[in-house]
Amino acid sequence: MPVINVEDLTDLDRAKMEVTQLKLEVKLERWQTSKCCEEMKDYIQAGVEEDILVKGIPEEKNPFKEKGGCVIC
Amino acid sequence: MCDQTFMAITFGPCDNCSTTSPLMNIYIKNEPTNYCSFCVEMMACQGLLKGETLASLKNESESLKKKLEEERAKLHDVELHQVAEKIEVVSALSIKTRRVLKGHGNKVLCMDWCKDKRRLVSSSQDGKVIVWDGFTLNKEHAVPMPCTWVMACAYAPSGCAIACGGLDNKCSVYPLSLDKNENLAAKKKSVAMHTNYLSGCTFTNSDMQILTSSGDGTCALWDVESGQLLQSFHGHTADVLSLDLAPSETGNTFVSGGCDKKANVWDMRSGQNVQSFETHESDINCVKYYPSGDAFASASDDATCRLYDLRADREVAVYQKDSIIFGVSSLDFSLSGRLLFGGYNDYTINIWDVLKGNRVSMLFGHENRVSTVKVSPDGTSVCSASWDNTLRIWA
Repeated sequence: MPVINVEDLTDLDRAKMEVTQLKLEVKLERWQTSKCCEEMKDYIQAGVEEDILVKGIPEEKNPFKEKGGCVIC
Repeated sequence: MCDQTFMAITFGPCDNCSTTSPLMNIYIKNEPTNYCSFCVEMMACQGLLKGETLASLKNESESLKKKLEEERAKLHDVELHQVAEKIEVVSALSIKTRRVLKGHGNKVLCMDWCKDKRRLVSSSQDGKVIVWDGFTLNKEHAVPMPCTWVMACAYAPSGCAIACGGLDNKCSVYPLSLDKNENLAAKKKSVAMHTNYLSGCTFTNSDMQILTSSGDGTCALWDVESGQLLQSFHGHTADVLSLDLAPSETGNTFVSGGCDKKANVWDMRSGQNVQSFETHESDINCVKYYPSGDAFASASDDATCRLYDLRADREVAVYQKDSIIFGVSSLDFSLSGRLLFGGYNDYTINIWDVLKGNRVSMLFGHENRVSTVKVSPDGTSVCSASWDNTLRIWA
């Protein structure tokens, strides 16, 4: 069973947890936003041609196409 | 902390120091006890370093948050949609309902796809968990749960088991048998035990471990075979409503979001909270990793979806519109990450262009709130679960 239930913590404990956590986060190494956005854009451009929901798919190839009726010749 | 004036209905020996004095009736871990006012003060000061009080900690917290914002702002030189200006717009989408899955007797709360891209599992307020074949609409298995409100369900990577849970505070695993007559409920294995409702569960890269999130404010990693707790994750200050595992094989992180409006990124091995984001204005209902693993999106009751880049350590996009005022319950990305599907409480699914930030399309059809939206593993379709008792597959 997980060690704590958040409701059982006192306000003091919660405040301590928060301060300890924030101290760690302030020290993180960060990248330029422009660099990250460029990478995201490149990632999408690389994969978008195969993305069926974006590009669409011919009806015959769609695995979820409407089930057709059967014809007995 | 100055001594408070209090109404003393008991006078006698203190349970802690034994001095005879007016006693305060208090509860320690749900047990009623009588402490004198001095002992109550001493107890409240436990764990404090010299000079620390609740007020000083709160001040420190505020100044650290400001510093964090400054550090993040230093590297914020451009908006995502500016980078995407030269990219052509998404052409009109031809997505429509292909299947309507009927069978649940009450609100469908959660669903998950199987890796075979055709099967899916769904769970409902009626206490049933159903495994469907999405192509034929065949119900392959139906498992009755001992509780109502089964809020979370997940398909194992092998396709041979499902996990589910909700108000029973547990996550149970059911191996799926090919024998239709076999009573699945009898083979149930209780894996996770929380002290409040189970809000989310997912298998890790194998059938052997499960990650859970709970209303008790924690997330936990469990070994399926033994039911043992492998790691627990503390940091949220309110119910955790959602979690998602990072996509890469080597990735050992996951993200969680909750009622404290925070989205936290965790290291699974150490249990450490590595990054935290708090820009939403209300509960975060769903979090989902971006396909590359370098970002994640969150859906909130504040009617917005937000994209956070993990390397920039900041929010990089907000998907919102003045006309959208209902909360978002769930979201998922298309295969390439170009589209973001959001399920809203106004019964619709809005499709957003992730790069440009505008809404591309809307999907209508559900007759009540959309509770879960998930893109199939090969990206050919989207499945949505709703409070109108049905699921829909769109492609």
